[in-house]
Amino acid sequence: MSLIKDRNRREKIIKTLLLVPTIGIGLLVIVIAASLYLRSEQILSLYPLTDLLFSSNWRPLAGEFGFLPFIMGTIWVTCLSMLISIPISILTAIYLSEYAHQRIRKSIQPFVDLLAGIPSVVFGLFAVLLIVPLIRDYLGPFFGAATSGFSILAGGLILSIMIFPILISISFEVLQMVPTETREAALALGATRWEAIKHVVLRMAYPGLIAAIVLGFSRAFGETMAVLMVVGNVPIIPQSLFDPGYPIPALIANNYGEMMSIPVYDSALMFAALLLLFVVVFFVVISKVMLLRFRRGRA
Amino acid sequence: MNFRAFEENLFKLFMVVSLILVMGSLLLVFAIVIYKGASALSIEMITQVPQGGYYLGKGGGILNAIIGSLYLAGGAIVLATVVSLPVAWYMNQFTGRSRYVSILRDILDVACGIPSLIYGAFVFLIIIGLSQRTSLFWGIITVALFIAPILIRAMDEVMQTVSHRLKEASYALGATEMETLFHVVTRQALPGIITAIILAFGRGIGDAAAVLFTAGYTDSIPTSLSDPVATLPLAIFFQLSAPFPEVQARAYASSIILLVIVLLLSIISRMISKKTARYVIK
Amino acid sequence: METHIEIRNYNLSIDGKEILKNITLEIPKNQITAIIGPSGCGKSTLLRSMNRMNDLVEGLKYTGTIKIDGNNILNKDQDVISLRRMTGMISQTPNPLPMSIFDNVIYGPKIHGLKDKKAMSQIVEQCLTRVGLWNEVADRLSDPASKLSLGQQQRLCLARSLANEPEVLLCDETTSALDPISAKIIEKELIELKKDYTILFVTHILRQAKRLADHVVFLYFGEVIEAGPAEEVFVHPKDPRTQQYLEGVFG
Repeated sequence: MSLIKDRNRREKIIKTLLLVPTIGIGLLVIVIAASLYLRSEQILSLYPLTDLLFSSNWRPLAGEFGFLPFIMGTIWVTCLSMLISIPISILTAIYLSEYAHQRIRKSIQPFVDLLAGIPSVVFGLFAVLLIVPLIRDYLGPFFGAATSGFSILAGGLILSIMIFPILISISFEVLQMVPTETREAALALGATRWEAIKHVVLRMAYPGLIAAIVLGFSRAFGETMAVLMVVGNVPIIPQSLFDPGYPIPALIANNYGEMMSIPVYDSALMFAALLLLFVVVFFVVISKVMLLRFRRGRA
Repeated sequence: MNFRAFEENLFKLFMVVSLILVMGSLLLVFAIVIYKGASALSIEMITQVPQGGYYLGKGGGILNAIIGSLYLAGGAIVLATVVSLPVAWYMNQFTGRSRYVSILRDILDVACGIPSLIYGAFVFLIIIGLSQRTSLFWGIITVALFIAPILIRAMDEVMQTVSHRLKEASYALGATEMETLFHVVTRQALPGIITAIILAFGRGIGDAAAVLFTAGYTDSIPTSLSDPVATLPLAIFFQLSAPFPEVQARAYASSIILLVIVLLLSIISRMISKKTARYVIK
Repeated sequence: METHIEIRNYNLSIDGKEILKNITLEIPKNQITAIIGPSGCGKSTLLRSMNRMNDLVEGLKYTGTIKIDGNNILNKDQDVISLRRMTGMISQTPNPLPMSIFDNVIYGPKIHGLKDKKAMSQIVEQCLTRVGLWNEVADRLSDPASKLSLGQQQRLCLARSLANEPEVLLCDETTSALDPISAKIIEKELIELKKDYTILFVTHILRQAKRLADHVVFLYFGEVIEAGPAEEVFVHPKDPRTQQYLEGVFG
């Protein structure tokens, strides 16, 4: 009998102990946000938020911190990558989910996983070796633009490849969750496979697909190394795809070395990091809301 | 032949093209890196640390980065696993639905989405605040921090798939929730857990942004936790930035090494998964 | 007839919906009591009340008493772990644990603190022999339990329950998922086992109930319509509904 009392007590102790790392990790995001905010306070107290976000004067040595070029750079690169990646990824996911044999699916899976596992620097290297010269020597002149190749286009292209895996796998999972009966109902009424997909499956799946896209967005936003290596890193607002840009992650990564020596610079960079954090968190929350809608729509 | 069939075939064409583009990019990345890097790949690369003038084109290798990455990612994965497994256990102890656990899952998903750069910035603030220097220790902390949410969710997902009936079998025999968790759920989920750990290790090794401002860089192999440490991704990055083609070529060769490591991890995880699946109930 | 389990005014509801209504029963010791009735009438729920597995379900509330050997197991102070040791449960679909055959059988005793390796081997051999599995698996005890056939797995689950030295066996449609031959084997074993254990057997197969039961409980939409010795209920049912069910009018 006492042995059982011991077990019950041990159970309670273990459950309490497990709470420690759990609460720690749970608070992590908040602690990170708080620290970044605390460090940003300096610059936020010196300049109004609208100046920071909407001015394009970036001259830290002169005390000017206009983040607009970086915000625009991030938006250009991210949007371009999504524009390229979304159709390709979703079509691939549809093919894998609705048309491909189990065997093909099984054999493609490891490759998509492998693509997901390639480190960012290697993608960057690849982009420097292939994409940059391609733009400089062929695409640029073709469109009449003189460019070094280090451009928004390069950043967007390599980024689009990098988010294939996440877009494909989430879209695929979402499509798989659409019940077979729904497809069969449409087919039984005489629809072609594609029509069944277009009218029924996609309609049911679309909140989930939006969730996938939003998550892809958040991943693209925060991607640092590969983009940094090919995007040019010039703090101007890009006017065309062939212009260089300077996304926020690149800004932070490139300048952390100087930030301790120039006054307010460190606060500025931490503010940039805080911005990035907000955007990413915002996107993840939206994707969760969309996934919730998708699950409800299925039931 | 009507419009409907035509539309279907058109989209099927688009789909196949998309698939080819995706597979093609994978192949292209490997092909270009290997093609450009093969010539610079040599035994010295993997057995020597950079000698004097390495970045100007002289002799040496990237052993410092290889070992450094292994130390760093190795330390980080151990730390992350030690923290993640208990949290995953905590999240899976309840048989019913718990509001707190749902909220925790959402928070973890947010944490997963935060770029590793931000984790690096955060730890950097800590380093400054404590008047410390960048080192292997802080690099380990940073990488552990950023892979922990990913690892927890992955383990959590696998544990969740353990059939309720298995847990019931254990309860009906008089086991407590925790005992069931340790002896039954974890054992059933083991292949998935190990895969998750190995993949997280892969992410840890491949990441540059997190260690950029927390681990430092050095040409030697660290001998203590407070030494700065070189990592493969950063080694690639720095070599690529050098103005000498010989050094840049070494960057490509280093990439091959990194890719080989990633490939190996992928294969190993599959193998171990199969091995540990022996007792798993389908 | 000695009463082993006594149920008084037992009511159970899930999310406000009444599942079991005012159950009052006496289950005799060392006999097979069959619980029969149409599907979805609460038979399994009643069974799972005996080892408080229902506690795991959310929104579930119950009132009343269930006494095993005079001890009310629904009491808040009741230690659920020792209760579940006393009651072995074998579900409809076999659910072997992700371990070897040996570890499956000895799981219960191990959890409850058994450490002696010799005692473990003895118990495993005894229980596997009791369910007629020993000869089939003696040479591969460290094989994964998942490798056994469905019928063997179910016998393994039975052996696993026996290893805990329970007093009551709760069988929930235990043979429904098995082929006829395996089902027969298990039925034979249960008839042997009733000498030492009180067995409750939920089934929707009337012929099986007739084969096995010493005592019968007819449950209809959560209420006990009739309960008594098998010959009485099967041959001279008192309630017209029992009569109808036995004739196959519903369920």
